[in-house]
Amino acid sequence: MSKMKLRSLLAIGSSAFLLAACQGEDASNGASDEPATEEEDTGSDAGEDTAEDTEAVDFSIAMITDEGGVDDRSFNQSAWEGMQEWGEEHGLEEGEGYAYYQSDDSADFVPNLNQALADGYDIIYGIGYLLLDSVNQVADQNPDQHFGIVDDVSDRDNVVSLTFADHEAAFLAGVAAAETTETGQVGFIGGIAGPIIDRFETGFTAGVAHVDDSIEVDVQYAESFGDAGIGQQIAAGMFSNGADVIYHAAGAVGNGVFTEARNRMESDPDTQLWVIGVDRDQEEEGEYDGGNLTLTSTIKKVGTAIQESANTAMESEFPGGETIAYGLEEGGVDLVEGNLSEDAWSTVQEVRQGVIDGEIEVPEFSYSQE
Amino acid sequence: MLTTNQNRLNALLIPTLSILLGFIFGALLMLFFGYNPIEAYQAMLAGVFNSPYFMGEAMRQATVLTFTGLGFAIAFKAGFFNIGVAGQLLAGWVAAIWVALSFPDLPRIILLTLSIGAAIIAGAVWAGIAGALRAYFGTSEVIVTIMLNYTALHLTNYIIRSVLTTGNTTERVSENASLRVGWLTTLTQGSRINMGLFIAIAVVILYWVFMTQMTAGFEVRAVGLNPDASTYAGMSAERNIILSMLISGGLAGLGGAIHGLGTFGNIFTQSGLPSLGFNGIAVALLGLGNPIGIFFSSILFGVLDVGAGFMPNRAGVPDEMADIVIAAIIFFVGANYIIRVALDKMRSSKTAEKGGE
Repeated sequence: MSKMKLRSLLAIGSSAFLLAACQGEDASNGASDEPATEEEDTGSDAGEDTAEDTEAVDFSIAMITDEGGVDDRSFNQSAWEGMQEWGEEHGLEEGEGYAYYQSDDSADFVPNLNQALADGYDIIYGIGYLLLDSVNQVADQNPDQHFGIVDDVSDRDNVVSLTFADHEAAFLAGVAAAETTETGQVGFIGGIAGPIIDRFETGFTAGVAHVDDSIEVDVQYAESFGDAGIGQQIAAGMFSNGADVIYHAAGAVGNGVFTEARNRMESDPDTQLWVIGVDRDQEEEGEYDGGNLTLTSTIKKVGTAIQESANTAMESEFPGGETIAYGLEEGGVDLVEGNLSEDAWSTVQEVRQGVIDGEIEVPEFSYSQE
Repeated sequence: MLTTNQNRLNALLIPTLSILLGFIFGALLMLFFGYNPIEAYQAMLAGVFNSPYFMGEAMRQATVLTFTGLGFAIAFKAGFFNIGVAGQLLAGWVAAIWVALSFPDLPRIILLTLSIGAAIIAGAVWAGIAGALRAYFGTSEVIVTIMLNYTALHLTNYIIRSVLTTGNTTERVSENASLRVGWLTTLTQGSRINMGLFIAIAVVILYWVFMTQMTAGFEVRAVGLNPDASTYAGMSAERNIILSMLISGGLAGLGGAIHGLGTFGNIFTQSGLPSLGFNGIAVALLGLGNPIGIFFSSILFGVLDVGAGFMPNRAGVPDEMADIVIAAIIFFVGANYIIRVALDKMRSSKTAEKGGE
């Protein structure tokens, strides 16, 4: 009997470990001193604002994250930072004027939307194309409530769609990568394959080819937006195969790419490796002992888009049923200078102007859309 | 062996103590980090129980957990660890949606039976691979099922992208394949609770009948308790290993069908394995393998999971903290063996004083 017990105990113990192993993978790597500084910022700003002029407005917005979570240092975070800014501008407090609801699982989307609904927010934004279905469903059930969807188009009258020409920014990233690489090999790591990330991939490969079509682009997908471990694994493979610049469009997966690059740079500082960030300026993520390895970042102003649509709704009318597209021209997407060499930066700027003027045509998808 | 009475008492006492300890530990953690545990638990429970909608959502979650929990439990009874419940659930989910999308115009009864049947078969086959490998080659079912989880994940994503649709999300299934029941949806103010709940209750009863009243169920249990003795008694260990894995996977696949046809009505590319699979393991352990216990622990998990969503915005407890508290509760649930050992010790020292043993 006691042998039996010992076995069950072992079994249960090992299952606990397995459970931990199965579910704990997406913890983000690296120390996070960032939130602290952010809080300080928001604290002082909010203090000034309320002291000076702004009267708190009677308007509130909320966002539902996708599975990446609000601290993914990329897509969701950029949306949340925009929302925080908006709240400060209007003298609102988190939890009353603006809030986020975290989704840990795709089954959480609809309950989260309903929770935000019950909490009485004026506009509820679904962050990411993953939420389109859920937003549509809840929007149908609540025709008087206003919703927003980022990165996809909803045909409902009470939903505003905010889309971004990611391929244009990715094209510039491709140009920057091609201008920087010394090995003639660059990498692209996507999140979950699909139309949205395909824009990034298509733009990036076209941008590389625009400069020099002999440069190889190694394209791989992580099939996740949250698992930093897979990002690190793919990056390790790419770097080992000779790539020296990697662009990621994979949310929190990218944290693993930065970790891998940092580890390699710290053990072998002579071989220069670069990572291109996505959605927000990821310069901080590239810091290591000997410098900074974030070459540049494509910017996607999800936050600004949210602010603008919220302001429009507040001042005049909610732009329900409309699709608001943000491209290079509107300043909704862009590339930062980062650590680009002067030559590379000037080429990027030329190309940028060319894209805006329509001289250079950037392909949007690698496959034909039906 | 203890007397039956004491066994019954233990069967209630151990899970209750695990849950209590989990909540207490969670409260201590929150206190330590400066959050108000009473407010947090209140937000969690009030959020769920004060609203028919969220109660419905919790029950919907519980429905699927019942299947994954029972699926894990039957393999556990036969002596295996089926870690692959999540992958089998996914296999069932994609199979159900696939069938439902292929024949959208069949009458509801036939289409539902076909879809659910396909899901059960898909889940059973997925688990059967691990079962057969274990029975004939003695491979570790733990390793094989873990690996099969990832195979299922990527295969599912491939099927969605290349066979069912070109994007990330399939069409919604027709009304004829939906598990929604009008009055239940209205009763819970539009939640996604569905017919699956009744199927779950039926399966709980069937499971109980199978395990306690039927020879096949007795054989499964016997093989789990002592494979050598059962073989000696003329039972086929191979046959029972495979049988229990098939039922285990079939139940998980059935859960996938309920999740797909009831909760979502479609399938979309997954970024990870559904947590319902892993939570099913915890549910089975908390229910101590008893089908009725599993049903009630599923409800508890449903409430915890849906309720945790209220902690950040209504009690100011950050998401991470809410997750840790839930994990602490699961931990104590999983570690209920410690409680059992402690209880046994207390009892035996008492009998020792009386001069027993």
